[in-house]
Amino acid sequence: MDAKVEPQGEAPGVDVRRQDGARSYLIGLLYAVPLTLASFWAASTSLVYPPAVPVLLAVLAIAQMGVHLAFFLHISSAPDQANNFLALAFGLFISGLVVFGSLVIMSNLNHNMMPMDALMKMQR
Amino acid sequence: MSAGEQALTGMPGVPLSLRGPAPTRVVAGFGFWLFLLSDIIIFAALFATYAVLSHSTAGGPSAAELFDKKHVFLETMCLLASSVTCGFGSLAIQRTDARAMYFWMGVTFLLGACFLAMEGREFASMVAAGSGPSHSAFLSAFFTLVGTHGLHVTVGLVWLVVMLLQVATLGFQPMVSRRFFCYGLFWHALDIVWIGVFTIVYLGAK
Amino acid sequence: MFGRLTWSAIPFDQPIVMGTCAAVGVVLLVIFALVTFKGWWPYLWREWITSVDHKRIGAMYMILGLVMLVRGFSDAIMMRTQQALAAGHAAGYLPPEHFDQIFSAHGTIMIFFVAMPFVIGLMNFALPLQLGVRDVAFPKLNSVSFWLTAAGVLLVNLSLFVGEFARTGWLAYPPLSELAYSPGVGVDYYLWSLQLSGLGTLLSGINLTTTILKLRAPGMGYKRMPVFCWTALASNLLIVAAFPVLTATFAMLLLDRYCGFHFFTNDLGGNPMMYINLIWIWGHPEVYILILPAFGVFSEVVATFSGKPLFGYRSMVLATMAICVLSFMVWLHHFFTMGAGADVNGFFGIATMIIAVPTGVKVFNWLFTLYGARVQYNVPVYWTLGFIVTFVIGGMTGVLMAIPPADFVLHNSLFLIAHFHNVVIGGVVFGVMAGMTYWFPKAFGFKLNERLGKAVFWCWFIGFYLAFMPLYALGLMGATRRMQHYPDTHWQPLMLVALSGAVVILLGIVLTVIQIAVSIRQRHANRDRSGDPWNARTLEWSIPSPPPAWNFTRLPSVEGTDAYWHMKKEGTAQRPLPGAYVDLHLPRNSPVGVFLAFFAVTLGFALIWRIYWLAAVGLVGAVVVALIESWKTDLAIRVPAPEVEAFEHAHATAPLRGPSGSRDTVHDDVVATSGDRS
Repeated sequence: MDAKVEPQGEAPGVDVRRQDGARSYLIGLLYAVPLTLASFWAASTSLVYPPAVPVLLAVLAIAQMGVHLAFFLHISSAPDQANNFLALAFGLFISGLVVFGSLVIMSNLNHNMMPMDALMKMQR
Repeated sequence: MSAGEQALTGMPGVPLSLRGPAPTRVVAGFGFWLFLLSDIIIFAALFATYAVLSHSTAGGPSAAELFDKKHVFLETMCLLASSVTCGFGSLAIQRTDARAMYFWMGVTFLLGACFLAMEGREFASMVAAGSGPSHSAFLSAFFTLVGTHGLHVTVGLVWLVVMLLQVATLGFQPMVSRRFFCYGLFWHALDIVWIGVFTIVYLGAK
Repeated sequence: MFGRLTWSAIPFDQPIVMGTCAAVGVVLLVIFALVTFKGWWPYLWREWITSVDHKRIGAMYMILGLVMLVRGFSDAIMMRTQQALAAGHAAGYLPPEHFDQIFSAHGTIMIFFVAMPFVIGLMNFALPLQLGVRDVAFPKLNSVSFWLTAAGVLLVNLSLFVGEFARTGWLAYPPLSELAYSPGVGVDYYLWSLQLSGLGTLLSGINLTTTILKLRAPGMGYKRMPVFCWTALASNLLIVAAFPVLTATFAMLLLDRYCGFHFFTNDLGGNPMMYINLIWIWGHPEVYILILPAFGVFSEVVATFSGKPLFGYRSMVLATMAICVLSFMVWLHHFFTMGAGADVNGFFGIATMIIAVPTGVKVFNWLFTLYGARVQYNVPVYWTLGFIVTFVIGGMTGVLMAIPPADFVLHNSLFLIAHFHNVVIGGVVFGVMAGMTYWFPKAFGFKLNERLGKAVFWCWFIGFYLAFMPLYALGLMGATRRMQHYPDTHWQPLMLVALSGAVVILLGIVLTVIQIAVSIRQRHANRDRSGDPWNARTLEWSIPSPPPAWNFTRLPSVEGTDAYWHMKKEGTAQRPLPGAYVDLHLPRNSPVGVFLAFFAVTLGFALIWRIYWLAAVGLVGAVVVALIESWKTDLAIRVPAPEVEAFEHAHATAPLRGPSGSRDTVHDDVVATSGDRS
């Protein structure tokens, strides 16, 4: 099928290659439900080595987000999705910097600095 | 279109970046995508703050003591289902099938409203139990992060009603379709943010 | 009924403020009366206030910036005077509670309401023209962005007359900015005016990024874009990435102040350092948002007035995008002294030194472009040369402070003040002045007076060095920032030199106003009919000055970098264009921007004073305005083909000498006279 390729790429959320759009959403649902169930299971099970649980949760969350991006939002690495994909990558990079940078810095500060309630007790 | 412009858009081997201005639909969609990414960065700042303050309970109850995972699972399923029904509604719009659109978008609205009702009940019960947002930094961060997501869902529901009214009064003209399309992006993105919320806030609570 | 607003909010007991109030009131009244009696309101409403044309909006941003420059600079003069007087036992004339508001207002206004409008205004004006398209991606949103910025300006100015401003510095660090320590309305004025203008800026960032990535003339691939467009892309990507963090952080502080939350309070688990961390995650990219378009202006100016293509296009683009990414990885250098360990400090120190490298690449590229060229030493080139010298000095002092141990001595000293004024004035202000002079003839059809322009430059250049070099010395001697008075009288002579520098800059600002007035008076003598007074290289110079509303009659077909230079060499640059004309469609003007801003000011003012019913009115009003606008379907106006054709013929270029590719008649005339006219 010869789909028309737009100048400057296609809008996000539009998948010109697929004819049966409903399949995409149903497949997405089919992947998402077990992944969600797995997340909830992982949080309360004792079968997984406890320090590994956060990692497992993170992996499952990323997988669920990936399912949404691929099957609901039709973001891919196809050439006509390049701008959308790069914009997403940039947004995720910045979000990662904000979250992990803040965590590293604040834990470093909290380690070095007196806790606020102890500081306040020193006020006269 | 000038002759040069026509030549460039017509030729198959010409890279996408050289073919001249994109059509309005693509421009609107990409602009809205950038707006969504900026919204996600707001959430990133709120997530970072939650992560940093999640143990600052000021002697009050901690996350693990406060949260009910079954409740959250129901909320998650509501939102996930609403994403799928929103997708079906978008397909109906592409087919300009008004009845199917009203049906699927109506279901989307109901599922979203259920989510909000459950979340509202959770907030109310926490406040009533003396764990409102002004009682500790952890609670401030929790209510703000989850509440901001809830606020976005509320705006999404209002926007959905407005869009349905616009279809009813203006029909499926390009301007309305473009906006509904952006709405779909918004609604799916909210579900993606929720994945982060329930994983980090509720499932991550120790 | 009126929340916390009472008559005591008006500072009747402060003569300076009341005098300013009276003066501003008189000026506004005179302007209002003039406009009304001359019947200019319909014209202003139709052509400017409701305009969605990027050229008009860009011009309005520049005017806004110039007006706020006067306010921000008067704060500066007041501070310099106070510090020149208050040595040893002298108290000066500004009590601390006023001095604190003045330095807070100075920084807030200069960054948010002078530098940002100037930079966004230049990008707004020039981008669509350089990209060869008719307007930005979302013209109505562009108008909304401008008017939201104006709403922020109005609120900040209202704080002078009704209530007070924040005393917390331009970034409002908690716990001082929390309700417990700043119970008045000052911090609320700060927060709400910046939330409104911040929203406008974010929307502008989305608008311009989409324009650059999705709306370019046919044939203009990424590698054929002018360098100004690349720097604008980087700057707008930074806006989209950084401003949400500012919004979120201010929202959290607002929740602390209004709803008793505990994000950054001293008690119940709050962590003020988290605010400082988040605000600088925004704050560092912000300064790159300001400087990158200035770098772009210099690239255009250097290439045009050297008569050569810019040296090292690829490395310029790579350096720009490297700065864009790296600017998000250095923010801790703003708080080296606030508790982080040596390893974290070390990482950010090294990252800060690394980010100086791409800037160095750019400086070398500019120098290599100038090398071996017959440079026209006109006003934009003066600003560029002044920038190269001044910015490099400022950059070097920045790299010096990037070393954490050095920063432990110099943090929050006058050395720091001197550094950032060095780079902001030497970089952003000089860049804006160069850009204004460069693009003024395109916007208005006549050049600015050259001799006065050079006088303005010398005032700023000499004034800057007089004002800030003493501050470097004072900082090394131990002087801290934001001092209302100081004990060591040995510092006073240097403070006096700094005051003299501020006075020289003041002269420069006055001369700028005079320059504009004189240039308008001389406009017929300085008229440029070719559209290309500088014999320039990029597409904006291929259309008449001022450009028609539709910019390009036909979108140009681009075949390489420096597209217009290419067209001139090929002989395809003349007007009118051959071939048939078609009807053009332009977006219709809209009052949605100004109406939204009206309700935004209502909302902001009401929230500041805790008048909650009025806030509801503001919010509902804004939503209703947006909904009404969204139902409008008649959004375009048609410009009939005969009108387009008539315009083209009226603005024809003079005939070419021949197909030899040598200079044509029009440009010979122009080259002979440009640079000499005074």
